[in-house]
Order: sequence, then C-alpha cells, then structure tokens
Amino acid sequence: MSGIWGALNEAWQELRIHRTRVLLSLIGVAVAVAAITATVGLGSIARQAQMEVQEAQSGRPATIVFWASRTDGQAIEADRLREAFMAVAERYSIEYASMDYMMQQQVQLPDGALMVESRAVEPIFGEMHRVQTVEGEWFTEAHAAMLAPAVIINEVLWERLGSPDLRTHPTLELLGGTDRVAVITGVVRAEPWQREMNTGYLYMLADDYRSIVDPAMLANVYPNLEVWVPDDQAQAVQDVVVRDLRAALGENATVDAGRNDWGAWPQDPFLIMQLFVAGVAALVLLLGALGLVNISLVTLRQRIREIGIRRSFGATSGRVFFAVLLESVVGTIAAGAAGVVLAILIVRNDWLLGMMGIGSVDAPAFPVEAAVLGMACAVGTGAVAGLLPALFAMRVKVIDAIRF
Amino acid sequence: MSLLELGGVTRTVELPDDEPLHILRGVDLRLEVGDHVSIVGRSGSGKSTLLNILGLLDNPTSGTVLFDGVDVRSLSSRRRDLMRGADVGFIFQQFNLLQGRTALENVMLPLLYARGRDFWRRGELALAMLDRVGLAARASSMPEKLSGGEQQRVAIARALVRRPRLILADEPTGALDVETGATVMALLDEVAEDSGAALVTITHDVNVAALARQHYRLDRGVLSPVDVQRVIAVAGAGATL
Repeated sequence: MSGIWGALNEAWQELRIHRTRVLLSLIGVAVAVAAITATVGLGSIARQAQMEVQEAQSGRPATIVFWASRTDGQAIEADRLREAFMAVAERYSIEYASMDYMMQQQVQLPDGALMVESRAVEPIFGEMHRVQTVEGEWFTEAHAAMLAPAVIINEVLWERLGSPDLRTHPTLELLGGTDRVAVITGVVRAEPWQREMNTGYLYMLADDYRSIVDPAMLANVYPNLEVWVPDDQAQAVQDVVVRDLRAALGENATVDAGRNDWGAWPQDPFLIMQLFVAGVAALVLLLGALGLVNISLVTLRQRIREIGIRRSFGATSGRVFFAVLLESVVGTIAAGAAGVVLAILIVRNDWLLGMMGIGSVDAPAFPVEAAVLGMACAVGTGAVAGLLPALFAMRVKVIDAIRF
Repeated sequence: MSLLELGGVTRTVELPDDEPLHILRGVDLRLEVGDHVSIVGRSGSGKSTLLNILGLLDNPTSGTVLFDGVDVRSLSSRRRDLMRGADVGFIFQQFNLLQGRTALENVMLPLLYARGRDFWRRGELALAMLDRVGLAARASSMPEKLSGGEQQRVAIARALVRRPRLILADEPTGALDVETGATVMALLDEVAEDSGAALVTITHDVNVAALARQHYRLDRGVLSPVDVQRVIAVAGAGATL
C-alpha cells in the first residue's frame, strides 16, 4: 500500500514540478480524448434520438405491418378486413396488435377549416410506439366507451386552438362524413418538421374513425395491421399471419407484410461516420502519445542523476519503473478527465444538438459508456507512452547516474 | 558480528583495448556500529568504487562483502536495494539535492521508500531531522535558495532521516569553503555519533580525515592504515593525500 501511494506521490510531485512541460505534452492527448468521447457520445445520442423518433413513427422492434387489398387493386371491405386481422391476432395470442388507418382529416379551427394528417389506431398503439403525451393522456379503454370520440392532437394544432386547458374538456370539430365534435384528451409533442411546416396532426381511435368516416371514403382506405412481437419470433409470426390472412380473405385478396422498425435496418446509419471520426481521433491520440513519449524520453535524460539519487536511497528498479509509468498515466488521466469534460460541453451544446435535429430538452443524457471509453483511452495512452521511458529509467546504472 | 566486513575485495574492469584495469586490489575492511572511518586517496585511487561497494551499489569482482553477516552478493538486486534504503545513508560532494523540491521534500525522499509508520509519518520525521541540523526554518526553501553549507546540511538530514546504520560521505566538504566545511563536518560527526551509525568519510583533505577515529589510505587500489596526525605534523594542515 505504502509502495503504491509512494509511487503516486512521486509521480504527482514530478508532474507538479514540470507542469508547463506536462501541460504542453498532454494537450494532444486531451484533444484526442475529447474527440473520441464526443464522437461516441454524439453517435449514441443521435442514435438514441433517432431510435425514439423511429419508434414513434414505425414502432419498436419487432413491429410487423400487414396490409391487404384485392387483386384488382381495390380496397377490401373495411369490416371484413378488420375482422380477419383481429381474428388472426387473437388466434396467435398477439397481445400487441392494432389497426392502423392513415388518412387526412379536416378539422374546424377558429380561423377556418384545416386538413391535418391523422392516424386511427387502437389504445395499445400508444405502448407499441412509445407515444408520450405532453398534456393529458394517451387513449385508454375508457376513452373508447365515451359517447363523443376522443382525439389526441399535436402541439401545433393545440397551439392553433389557443392551447386550451384539457381539464376543461376542449373540443375539436371533425369535418367530412358525419360531422362530429371530438373531445381533446391529450397533446403529443410536435416533431421538429411538424413545427417547422406548421403541420397539425391527430390521433383517434380506430372504432371512432370507422363510425364517423364517410362510407365512400372508407371504401378507399387501406388500413394496416401492426403487431409488436419479440424480435426472435418476428419472421415466424409474419409467415403464419400472412398465411392465415390469405386463407381468410380468399383468392381475390393479396396480403403482404414487412418491417420498418429500426431493428430491421441492414446497418447502423451512424456507424461509418462514427468510425471515420473515431479513426481521426485515434490518429490524434497516437500523435499525442508519440509527443508524450518523446518529451518523456528527453526529460528522462535530464533526470538520470535524480533517478540515481532515488536508487541510492532505496528505490528498487521496479519502483522506479512504476513511478515513471505512473507519471505518464497520472498525466493522461488528468488530460483524459479534461477531454471528457470538454466532450460533454461540446455534446450538450444546444447549437450542435439543433444541427442534429435534437431538441436540448429531448436529448438523452450523455452516455456513460462514452466517458468510460474516453478515460480508458487516456489511461491506455498513458500506459503505452510511459512504458518506454519507464524501461529506460529502470535500466539506468546507479553508479553512473549519481556521477552524471 | 561486524556491521560490514570486506574480505579480499577486488574490482576489475575491462578497458576498450581488452586490458584489465584493477581498481581495487584485495581490500580488507571491518566496520562496527559507531565507528568513524576516513579513507583518503588521490583522484583515481579507487575511492568512489570502494564507496559504491560499501554502499551496496556495486559488486566486487572477487572477495566477500558481508553486511550484518549476510553475503550481499547472494542477495537479489531488489533485496540489496531495500537493504541499502533501510541501512545506508549517502552524502555526496555536490549535495545532489533534487531541484524543484523544497528542503523538506528532499529530506522526505528516502522515507518514500520506507514502509509502515516511517512512510506515513514522513513529513513529521523529515521536519524533526531538519530541525536537528538547524534548518527547520528553511523547510520550505528550494535548494537554489540555500547556501552551500545549508544544502549540505539538508543532504545530511536526508542521509540520516531513515536512521541508517552506515553513513557514507563522499567528499562532504569538497564543494564548501574551509570554514563552512569544518562546521558541516562537526555537525555530521555529532549527528552520526548521536544516531550510533558508522560513518565512512572519503576525502582528500587531511583535516577532514583527522576528525575520524580510524584512518585509511587508498593508493592504486590498495587500502592501508595511515597516521593522519603524523602527515599533518610533517606536511602541515593544508596537506592533501
């Protein structure tokens, strides 16, 4: 214990005495660690942010989308299709299954009618897509039992309605088909592109949609069935559901399925960029380490007498090796810590996050693994860069050194 | 059992032309705790080589070196380093204080290689030793801010802080003026006597050598007793050997 503490003490003294030299030699290491940490951190944050957007849009892995139409291209009758879809889901005890109608819905706003992107789904859809509300709540079975249809709108639409307090049960008039007044029960965050384009968006329950939509319009709607199943069962579920739907809908129907969730992507979209920046950072780290070795070796030549004195007072060659190695490691740990702090400041920068399309409020926390990797790089560089000077110091002949 | 015993020690190195150079030839020396021995000799007589062997820094080519009855040639390098740290204190001609460290940090240096209480109480012990050599008030001074005499007193404190049983002083007054040298030697003699350590002083100054109780002369690698008082009487106080 005293040996390790003593060696640490020696290393720290050495760094303190030669702080200017040490500082200069460690700038490269700190910059490289900051680059590596920031790259990995930004990559993780961007991936996490994109995953969240993807999960909201296309579901969590593995979400399989099934769609069917007649062989002549016409839509299959809505009730028949729904019955076939839900029967298959029930047959295989697929808990997470939702009808998914994507359509345009006209709504009445105080300043006129507006066509908004809409989606009619089951209550379970919220969990399947990790839908988070910023006001009110996502659909529950209680909403399905309400006399008036419930709708969940995005912030853009909510703000255009004057941001009404949901506790007052604000309403929204749905135009077209059977005009109905819907109750707004929740508000979801507007995606950056929706806010930029001032685009309204609303969700309603699939049953409510079928009851209010113009039957002629419904005849031209091609709903999907979405199921969320464990990743390892995705292919098997897809195969049997397609098979059963084909059997249920008959020869005149065509059934297909696919996945859009990020789990089905062929490769990580950030991988190449991350590898490139990490490669550059590794090069900088190597150059930093070489600079460190160079300066350490030059300095050691001036420290031969000191090493001789230490040896004459009982420092073993192992202790000298360890102390010189520690000087390098303690130095790079300090540089690494500075690099990681710099990386965190860079990665949490609002402007940079904005460039990546991530709001600072929504940005996931700085990934711990990036900080750990940065520190590991720093310690590794210190150990590698300290090895050569430490070996040199260990081989110094005491009787020559004290006469040096 | 003697503290240190050299028997028939020789040290030979090969010159670039393959000719052997005999630096020490059959040196016999016995040191007991509390001895004060001076070794005088001209430059190139083998004084430093003998000091290195006495301080376990070097091995003889032949002969035996027993420290506390243990043949040091049978010890591993690490064991010898640890034994040197615990039992031997060095005082150098050029002081060899570490630059950039205060007087206190310099005196603490040997205690960095100690274990247990000595290691953990190194600041306290170093300050007490600086106080012993009259430099407690200069504990935070850097070596370059100290006079030559003060630097050598710091070096004495550093050599003695681990309470070694053998103190090796290589030309301890060589870089000091006569008056300061005398003061430093008096202090070294007093501190060594208080600690009960054996003190070996290597010098070419007969006045410094005269302070010891046993005197040897090293001439072309051969160690033999010498009567320093007689040399002073014949050649005067300024004589060198």
